[in-house]
Formats: sequence, C-alpha cells, structure tokens
Amino acid sequence: MTIKEADRVLPVTAGESDPLRERRSVVQPSRIKIYEPLIIGTLSVVIALTAWQLVANARIYSVLFLPGPWDVAQAFVKLFQSDDIWLDIATSGSEMGIGYGLAVVVGLVLGMLMGWYTRFQFALDPFVNFFYSTPRIVLIPLFILWWGIEMQPKIAVIFLGALFPIIINTMAGVRNTEAALLRVARSFGASDALIFRRVVLPGSVPFILTGFRLGIGHALTGVVVAELIAAKHGVGQIIAIAGQTFQTPKMLAGVVLIACTGMLLTTLLQRIENRFQSWRPQIR
Amino acid sequence: MHDRSAKLAAKGVVIEYWLHRSKTLFTAVKGVDLEVRPGEFLAIVGPSGCGKTTFLNAVDGLLPIADGSLTLDGREITKPGPDRAMVFQQPGLLPWRTVLGNVVFGVEAQGRISKAEAIAKAKHQIELVGLKGFEDAYPLELSGGMQQRVNLARALLTDPEMLLLDEPFAALDAQTREMMQLELLKIWSQTRKTALFITHDIKEAIYLSDRVIVFTRRPGRVKNVLEINLSRPRDLRVKRDPQFLTYEDEIWESIQEELAVPAERLIAGVPAA
Repeated sequence: MTIKEADRVLPVTAGESDPLRERRSVVQPSRIKIYEPLIIGTLSVVIALTAWQLVANARIYSVLFLPGPWDVAQAFVKLFQSDDIWLDIATSGSEMGIGYGLAVVVGLVLGMLMGWYTRFQFALDPFVNFFYSTPRIVLIPLFILWWGIEMQPKIAVIFLGALFPIIINTMAGVRNTEAALLRVARSFGASDALIFRRVVLPGSVPFILTGFRLGIGHALTGVVVAELIAAKHGVGQIIAIAGQTFQTPKMLAGVVLIACTGMLLTTLLQRIENRFQSWRPQIR
Repeated sequence: MHDRSAKLAAKGVVIEYWLHRSKTLFTAVKGVDLEVRPGEFLAIVGPSGCGKTTFLNAVDGLLPIADGSLTLDGREITKPGPDRAMVFQQPGLLPWRTVLGNVVFGVEAQGRISKAEAIAKAKHQIELVGLKGFEDAYPLELSGGMQQRVNLARALLTDPEMLLLDEPFAALDAQTREMMQLELLKIWSQTRKTALFITHDIKEAIYLSDRVIVFTRRPGRVKNVLEINLSRPRDLRVKRDPQFLTYEDEIWESIQEELAVPAERLIAGVPAA
C-alpha cells in the first residue's frame, strides 16, 4: 500500500514541491492565454476608433479637417470602385517590387563582401556612410531631372532607401560571427567557402532579416514621397491629389492603404524570421 | 635523440604573438620539449596563463610556432589536419543545428566522407557519449555537460590519430565534471587514442593520465614530468588512494614554486588592462 503510493508520487524538483505550482507550470497555456495578444490588441483598436468616431461625430471640426473613421472607410470603398485604382496600385507596386528587389540582391552581395573582406569594406565605407547619413529622398529632384516623372526616379529612390540598411545589417551579421565557432571550423580544417556557407551565413540570417525589415520602411517612405512630388500614377499620387483637392477622407484612405501594405510586408518578414529562429528556446 | 616511437614530438617550441594594444611581442611558451607516446593519455598542468592552451593550439595547427619543431608521426605540424581533433573549452556548437547536425560538423568540415555515412556513424557516436534520444535537440536546450558531450562526439567522429582536449570540463559544476571524467576514461579505454589534455585541475590530470607534465609560469616550459602508476580501469575512488594523494602533493608543490614568484615579475611584460 505505502509502496504503491510512493510510486505514484511524481518526481518533483526543488522549488516545485507545491503540487498546485507544479501543475500550473507544466500544463499547456489555456486558449485565452494564447489569443491574449490578439484580443487585447483588437480591443484597444476598437476603443481608439470609437473614440475617434465620437469626436468626429461631435462635428466640432468639419469633415475636411477631421473626418471620422467611418468617412475614411467609405472613401476607402469608393477608392476601390474607381477605375484608376488598380493602375495606381500596379504602378506603386512595381516600383516598390523592382526597387526593393534590386536593393535586396545588391545589398546582400555588397554587405557580405564588405563583411568578409575588410579591404572591400575600407573601399566602400565612405560611400555607404555618405548615403546612409543622407535622406536619400533629397535626391528626387536630381532623379526627376534625369528621368522625368516616370517610374525610374521612384525605383531609384526606393532602391537607395532600402539598400543601405540591408548592406549595413548584412555586414554586421557577417562581422558578428562568433569567434569560437570560427575557431572550431578552422580547427577541423574547414575551407573558407564552407565556413561562409555553414557558419557565417546561417549566423547572419537574423541580422539580414532585420535589414530587410528596416529596408521595407525606407522603401515605402521612398515610394510615397517620390510620388507626392511628381508622378503620373501611384498611391502616393492619389494622396497628393486628394490632399490638394480637399478630399481629406480619400487622402486618409490612401494613407491606410500604404500603412496596411507596410504592416503586411513586415508581418510576412516576421514570420520568415520566426521560421529561421525555431532553434531558439521559447521565452514564454 | 629523436624518439622514433613518439606520436607527438615538441622540441624547443617557442610561440610568440604580437599584442596590438601594447605594441609588444608576447612570448607565451619558450622552449617546450616533450613527447607524447602512441596511445598515451598525457595531461599538461600549470599556473594559469602559463601558455598551456597556447601550446595546444599550436599542436592543433591553429597557431604558428616561432622556433623549434613540432611533429606528429615525424611530420611537421603547420596547419589543422584530420589527424588531430580538438575538444574545446567552450563547446562552440552551431546553435541552429541539432545535436546530430553538430556532431557531423567536424567530418563535414573535413569533407572526407559523405553526409549519409557521417550521419550513420554519428548516431553510434552519440550513443557512445550518452546522448541517445537527444539527436534532434538544439544546443540551447542542453545543459553544459551535455553540450560538452556533443563537443567530444564531434571530435571523436573524425576518428583522429590524436585527441586534443582544452580544459573541456573547466566550466562544468563539480559533480558533472567528475561524471564526465569517468565517462571520458571509459570512452578513451575503448578507442585508446593518443590524448593530450590541458587542465588546471591537478586531480583531474592525475585521474585521467598516464603521465602529467607541469609547465612553468609564463613563458611556459616543461618543469617536470610525472609517471602516474595507477592501474586502469580507474573509478572515482582512485582519487582517495594514498598514491594518488602523493602525486597530488608533488604536483601542487611544483606549481606552487611557480606561483611563489614575486607578483611584479609575473606582471612584467603583460599589457596594462
């Protein structure tokens, strides 16, 4: 009898002798706990929108000055019923795609070369520092002079905007390779190519993805600002024209469109980042 | 004078390196003469900073020697090679690779066998170091002792002529360290690979070794050599054997003489922090 009881006692380590505590720490988190971030986040957005709507409904200011969220939502729907919207989105989208895509390719290559070969870094550092410390948007007038108001100036601005964060972060990733890991690889006689592929590159992934994420922010700023200044089509152009013609809800609808794109892309990258980090123990 | 039967032979080895901050040439070891016999377990102990780890790095081929000669089976050591494998003080595991992935990393780096073959052999090796069932765990999920088992398995899988161990148990807690010593001996007795073991732990050195070499303070040289005549296999009780304690006293006294040097002389030449 007593032996049987002893057999049933679960092994408990120090500090977990309280059975209640033990259970709480081992059992998988409840459904509510898992969805907590989503629930709280949604609630706070709903509250903020309601507050905004209430203030707007009071009509202390005209719709021109302070449209409510409902006005913006209606403008958003109307925006998508217009004929030009898809052309605008396609224009901004391809500018973004081409510019950012080029920045990823060039940034990765240059960043890795600069991280791996010190002399290459010495050669390029002045340029990287010069451009990184300058808002690349100020070059728009020059690009318009070169290419007019077609897509090229926007692509150039997006490219330059995203390029430098990607270069700098990739380089930092390569540079931050743990000395102990390099020593192990060298000790086993690994070739430089193998060290790069198996040690340096995987170790740089978190840095590189951070660079991509920062790059997206810069690229979005680039596309909108460039289109605000001069463009034939594009979401930035919608915002510019709506603003100049006092269609404030439509203008804000354009802003929402940009913001959603940014959030979507960033979330996507965050997902990829998490996939690469599955080896890290969960903090929660 | 050269003993043809020696596995590793060091003659008048000098290792220097340039210190960038103080712009001085730093002599880590100066005139090391020693031989490691085939199949022997040899430990080097010495006061901290005596250059014993530096010497081991030179044996591994990671550091060049400034003077003297360092040969393995009569061949000059100039760079790392598949005839040697190092077990590091810090495990140095790739955090994004599983235990299995880390164990095969050594042979993968050497590029001598196919990945499939490596994985098959690795499974056996993982079992040998007592990590069966943890093949798919990531290093950050392992304890320090388990990480060092991976470190050891990675070196053993390359099937080296000579195993180099750089204070592999120094960072472990006392109990884990003793268990690891016991298991290392068990594994070593199965393979009988020539082993060069660096440690600052005198008991550890005696317990594991056939011979213990004491280094002088920096720049390190061989101060004396002690044959350890304790029968194998050894269990942990050997550590209380009167003969064991005699060895311990002898080595401790030898090291103490080196520590008793005035502090200024120890510090001289070392750059200010």
